[in-house]
Amino acid sequence: MKKKKKFRITNRNLLIALTVICIGLIALTATNIISIAPLKNIAATIVLPLQKGVTEAATAVSDAGRSLQSKDSLLERIDELEAENAKLKEQSIIDSENLQELNRLRDLYQTDTSYAQYEKIAATVISKNAGNWYSTFIIDRGSNDGISVDMNVIASGGLVGLVTEVGPDWAAVKSIIDDSSSVSAMTITTADTCIVNGDLRLIDSGKLEFDQMNSEENILPGEMIVTSHISDKYLPGICIGTITDITEDSNHLTKTGYILPAVDFSNIRELLVIKQLKQNPDTVEQTAEQES
Amino acid sequence: MRRRIVTFVMILICFILQSTLLNILSFGGIKPNLLLVLTVSMGLMRGKHTGLWVGFISGLIIDIFFGNLFGFNALLYMYIGYINGNFYKVFYDEDIKIPMFLVAVSDMAYSLIFYLIQFAFRERFDFSAYFIRIILPELLYTVLFTLILYKLFYIINKKLTANELEENDSPWLLK
Repeated sequence: MKKKKKFRITNRNLLIALTVICIGLIALTATNIISIAPLKNIAATIVLPLQKGVTEAATAVSDAGRSLQSKDSLLERIDELEAENAKLKEQSIIDSENLQELNRLRDLYQTDTSYAQYEKIAATVISKNAGNWYSTFIIDRGSNDGISVDMNVIASGGLVGLVTEVGPDWAAVKSIIDDSSSVSAMTITTADTCIVNGDLRLIDSGKLEFDQMNSEENILPGEMIVTSHISDKYLPGICIGTITDITEDSNHLTKTGYILPAVDFSNIRELLVIKQLKQNPDTVEQTAEQES
Repeated sequence: MRRRIVTFVMILICFILQSTLLNILSFGGIKPNLLLVLTVSMGLMRGKHTGLWVGFISGLIIDIFFGNLFGFNALLYMYIGYINGNFYKVFYDEDIKIPMFLVAVSDMAYSLIFYLIQFAFRERFDFSAYFIRIILPELLYTVLFTLILYKLFYIINKKLTANELEENDSPWLLK
């Protein structure tokens, strides 16, 4: 009996000790006094290869499931794609003519603003946040491949998010639909700025919310929203999505609404990391020279 | 020692499945919380000491990879394991209703605290929306997984116990 009582007290002391340690860790890491990067890298070397293996296996299985589709539906799909291909070929000829003109005009203005010209690196998603509250994930490229914190991540022509942490061969990405994410953005035709926020409550529609749009113009649904020039972390001109709803706030000054993102966040596997940071001293100097 | 290694491997497997395979099995973007099932089961089957450690390690692994407050999940899971360890004495091996009930209560408590500290603090006050769309589906899905997982954990625990008894088959240790 005595022995048992002693054992219980030990457990309670252990609980108290670990509680103090946890609270200490929260306080010390939140204030950046200590860094847990070494611990993360050790854990990553054990866990990431396993996660990668499971993800690859699961992907292979789900792909195999798709290959079992019926012949009729596949033939139908081929017809659809052929029709689309013909249309795209035609469009591509028109686009290439436009591109020549664009390049000529770019040369005239000496600008280099399109993110299409930045160097990018392809990456694969290894794992996603273990909980249901936040939308973060880990990719299989890191500082060894030249990735650093605050680099922009895109997929299928749209903005995915931002690199928040980097290890030698992994990086953590916070997506723009994450509840704590907000991006400075603008409309593509009128360049009216707004703030695009992730909101967990929109999980069903997959949309983003925007607010603080200060616009005199009549902006309609369908308008494309891109990252703005004044954003401190996002490169300008990256497509976020299109407006689906827009309403005027009660103050009659600003507008609020919803955006359908260009990226399908429920099914991200491959993505591109843009190896160009917004606050690059070289580009700042260049623009300063051009301005003066 | 063998028990510790097996338990650690179980934590690792649950974490890896939760961050990879369960994304495919998620239902409306919601996935079950396997590490919570493991923590509750271990507390219930092995008592406060094991519950506390399993919870602490599980939470720590989540914090290492996906935490925005390092130590937050470790603290929460540790208390879940410790509190469930208090029910060690009323543990009936054949009855799945008790672990299911405890998982439901624990998941609810975890989600409520998570919401309060991570969401209400950022002025996300629309509690009913989060409750209906996130907390409740996660709870139901996690309880459903308890049906399968608890049995599995129970078998592993039984095997380990039998193994330990065999190894320590010395007359003075058996007393």
